[in-house]
Amino acid sequence: MVHTQTDLPILDAQGIAKRFGAVTALNDASLTVAKGQVVALMGANGAGKSTLVKILTGALRPDGGHLKINGTDRSFSSPGAAREAGLVPVYQEPSLIRDLDVAQNLRLGDTPVEPFLHWVAALGITDLDLHEMAGDLPLATLRILDLARALASSPDVLLLDEMTAALPSDLVEKVLNVVREQADAGRSVIYISHRFTEIAQLCDRATVLRDGATVGDLPIEPGVEERVVELMLGAKLTPARIATHRAHATATGPARLGVRNLAAGSRLTDVSFELHGGEVLGVVALEGQGQDELFDVLGGFRRARGGTVTVDGAPVTFRHPADAIAAGHSLVPGNRADALLMSRSVRENIAIPRLARICNWGSISMRSEAETVTAAIERLQIDTRAQGEVRRLSGGNQQKVTIARWVASGVGTLLLFDPSRGIDVRTKRQIYQLVREMAEQGAAILFYTSELAEIPQACDRVAVIFNGKLVEIMDAADADEPRLMRAAYGLTSKVPA
Amino acid sequence: MMRLVQRNGWVAGLLVLLIILLIATKIIQPDFGASGVESLGRASVPFAFATAAMAIVVIAGGIDLSIAAMMAVCSVTAARLMVGAGDGETVLIVILVLALGALMGAINGAMVVLTRVPDIVVTLAMLFVWEGTALLILNTPSGAATQWLRDLILGSLSIPGLPERATFIPKSLVFVVICLIPFWFIMHRTKLGLSIYAVGGDPVAAFRSGVPIGRTRIIAYSLAGVLAGLGGLSLTMSTGIGEPIPGPYLLASVSAVVLGGVALSGGKGGIIGPIVAVFILRLVRMDLTLMSVDPNVTTIVEGTIMVVVVMLGGMLAMKGRRP
Amino acid sequence: MTTTVSTGQRIGRFLRDNPLIPLILLLLVLVAILEIRQPGIVNERWVGNTIKFAIPLAMLAACQTLTMYTGGIDLSASVVATIVAFVMATQVPVIGVVPGILLAMVPAVLIGLLNGFGVGICGVHPLIMTLGTGLIGTGFLQVYQRTVIASGSVVPESLQWLGTGRTFGAPNALVLFIPFAIAILFIQNRTGFGRLLYALGSNEKAARLSGVRSWQVYLALYTLSGLIAGVTGLLYVGLIKAPSLSLVEPLMLPSVAAAVIGGTSIFGGRGSYSGTIIGALILTVLGTMLTLLQMPEGGRRILFGAIILALTAIYLRITDQD
Repeated sequence: MVHTQTDLPILDAQGIAKRFGAVTALNDASLTVAKGQVVALMGANGAGKSTLVKILTGALRPDGGHLKINGTDRSFSSPGAAREAGLVPVYQEPSLIRDLDVAQNLRLGDTPVEPFLHWVAALGITDLDLHEMAGDLPLATLRILDLARALASSPDVLLLDEMTAALPSDLVEKVLNVVREQADAGRSVIYISHRFTEIAQLCDRATVLRDGATVGDLPIEPGVEERVVELMLGAKLTPARIATHRAHATATGPARLGVRNLAAGSRLTDVSFELHGGEVLGVVALEGQGQDELFDVLGGFRRARGGTVTVDGAPVTFRHPADAIAAGHSLVPGNRADALLMSRSVRENIAIPRLARICNWGSISMRSEAETVTAAIERLQIDTRAQGEVRRLSGGNQQKVTIARWVASGVGTLLLFDPSRGIDVRTKRQIYQLVREMAEQGAAILFYTSELAEIPQACDRVAVIFNGKLVEIMDAADADEPRLMRAAYGLTSKVPA
Repeated sequence: MMRLVQRNGWVAGLLVLLIILLIATKIIQPDFGASGVESLGRASVPFAFATAAMAIVVIAGGIDLSIAAMMAVCSVTAARLMVGAGDGETVLIVILVLALGALMGAINGAMVVLTRVPDIVVTLAMLFVWEGTALLILNTPSGAATQWLRDLILGSLSIPGLPERATFIPKSLVFVVICLIPFWFIMHRTKLGLSIYAVGGDPVAAFRSGVPIGRTRIIAYSLAGVLAGLGGLSLTMSTGIGEPIPGPYLLASVSAVVLGGVALSGGKGGIIGPIVAVFILRLVRMDLTLMSVDPNVTTIVEGTIMVVVVMLGGMLAMKGRRP
Repeated sequence: MTTTVSTGQRIGRFLRDNPLIPLILLLLVLVAILEIRQPGIVNERWVGNTIKFAIPLAMLAACQTLTMYTGGIDLSASVVATIVAFVMATQVPVIGVVPGILLAMVPAVLIGLLNGFGVGICGVHPLIMTLGTGLIGTGFLQVYQRTVIASGSVVPESLQWLGTGRTFGAPNALVLFIPFAIAILFIQNRTGFGRLLYALGSNEKAARLSGVRSWQVYLALYTLSGLIAGVTGLLYVGLIKAPSLSLVEPLMLPSVAAAVIGGTSIFGGRGSYSGTIIGALILTVLGTMLTLLQMPEGGRRILFGAIILALTAIYLRITDQD
């Protein structure tokens, strides 16, 4: 037995499961990595990649399944324990402490300085000053330092989560070369990325996750992209269209919402589109391509860095969500916890926009409020058996409450950010139907979703954002999932220069 | 060199401000000299310890409202035990009081970590608890302080061959500096100090770097407790008795911490800046007194300065939070 | 999605939905203990006295309750009450009763506005902000005291009647308190302003998303709190009859405790003034008990601190379980 160790995979995770309250993030995730192998871990948004990484590196504890390192069962109670077992991650967000200088960060993590400096140089950073504050360094440098820090601890398994996302192309080359060399020298790498070109260049195998389970494990060979896209999408029934009437063709005059060359934050760089009343414009993008910033700007949570936003032809600047609301914008954010008063009742949650302005601070007309709220509850078919606190509702009903709030107060432009994430199929259907109904009544709807199958059901047109730029707008009728997926991965044939 | 100036720009600015204020004091009161500096130093001692304690907890991402109350507990304990105590016993008493401070701090920290109730609420409740404890130990100001201990902060440093008044360095200042050196060392030269900064600045990244979050926070509170112990001792040393009602050190320490360049959001700043800020705030008070302003008006001015400092600090913190 | 609800959770939920029932039970138990320890003490006169002393506490605790709905606190309330009482008592002999009372309310409004400015616009933690304004207020009061040493002080008859008088055994203070309590309950349940207080405490981000400009609410809230504290001061000086520079200070700590005992979450978003009223009664009865037991002041403070911390931790547990 002792001598068969070389045949054993260095890391073998089987049937990993993790639930967060009512939400199942992982139910049957498996991942095997042999010594010296680079395995791509792939999956659409919300497939469970990040959760799996956190479990493998000791930041989260799994609810089920088992993890073998070099053939022995292990479970890690902390990131430190995983590190000692040779599993070292580089997370998507930089993990140096911003208020300490680089040398102090190295001491904090017990990183040996000499190897660290060697790797920093090998990765193409030549002018590093160890006494610079981490917070003063550019994002790309911080990512490289994280990688160098991980390499300096001579890991057996290196986990790289979107390692190249913030890097300029010359550094990307360096990173890929170094990682490949390390693999050839016998280290194993788990490589999470959305970029097919890098995966083709670097990886030996790809493991694909969908809805919290591993659905495929394939060798990297020419043409594998199509197969991976198929696996990520899964074999899904083509759902019946709900939409009956497409209004945008008849829209004339200035658009309800016009966006020109909008840039915001560090990720949104150039997005332009027009949205008319009665129209549903879908937005498709992988995680972190700038869609969050787009919705934040339109909802009044963030100021744009460049470009213009017009409402009915007139330019607007929102300093506060109240300004956006005054212009008819209603934002339903991606995270329900940001939108709900969890410790208050359904009624109070739905009625709050009616009370926001000072002139409505006085006595509430309980009867008219009850009528409006009841109407909204009925229209959305919210299950209100748990009246007391919204936190006791199911996820789907909570999501309905966030929308009902705007139905009750009247909508001009509805900004829906991923409203169907983590909710059941029936509720999803209801939400699409509602979106269509509201559009038919004249609302303009911007609808970001991470579930591509929703697009043809609910939208008229689709805008695809990649790397902060709008890369394609197409009719929803033409937007089948493979095409959307390719565009979202930047594989489209007509990428603007 | 450039970096030293850059990174300590705030502290350097504070020092310049302090010097300007000292010059202004000399102009207001031409007699201002060794005795003036001495009384300034002595008045600043408990504030300096309270502020250093607050600074450590704030850097660790918390806040401790009970520091003044812990100082009161330590002060009355020391004063009560030192009645009739010999010189040797006094050493034991000092050690005991500092241990008591550490224990109280550890209890605060453990409460924060275990109950998961926010720091500000826990330490508000503990403020009441420690206040009550101080009152139980001594109901009215009384007790004593051993003379050699008192001599540590009374008067100016005498240099052999020179008359005492000719030296400008008050003993109290030396006492503060010597007591704070170990804490400065811990914060800036040890891994524990780095961990405290890390926990306050970015708990998630700290956790990922393998820093034990809970333990680090409890240790930070304990360090603050030891400093509160020193503060309590210094109160007893300067007055010769124990005072069960906590002084106005809470707001004073928070504002000195903010003025001293420590962000209330945690993870930023040091100990030196807040200490310089303490001297500035004390000096302003002294100048007002020298200008024979009604002491109550002085309280108002002082309070206003503190509130304005805290408000500006709050605005800066809000700005920093925006992306 | 099977929901298994443990007994602890069920009790927790019940307590959260009906916070008044266990509170009233606790109150009755305390009264019973008192009667057992000292038979005959609980009589009509004692009940009247208890209510009389609980009213100013319940009113000052209204400041804490309302600010706690938003996740705040008002530590300047006792100082404001003291200032109003002192200014009124010293101005009445000079300018008469009504102008004296009106003038005395000015500092209450000013301190409230300053608190609201600091909390709502500068984003200072309410605890720090109100502590600071309390300190400044105390300074002003001391300066003011020097200027009026000669004029003496008078507590108007009407306030004494309100503070100490009884009609058919019931304290006259109820004339003020019953409408006051109804008004507070109306504000919290039936006005937009009240709803926004809970909303800000429950999730400030969600409230902003719904178009609430939070600084407006904070400014109005802390000003209201100042006004309530001022009225409390007037009532309390009618009860004590001797204005001093630390008149209302002893109510400071119990006012926070009353709100917390009454089930108002110090984190915001939950609670009701009706709970606070019971909390004030519980504390007043507890005070009688501690006096009978000859509990020293120090022990009381420890007890209050322990109660606040324990209840907060328990409420946090209960609400975390879902």
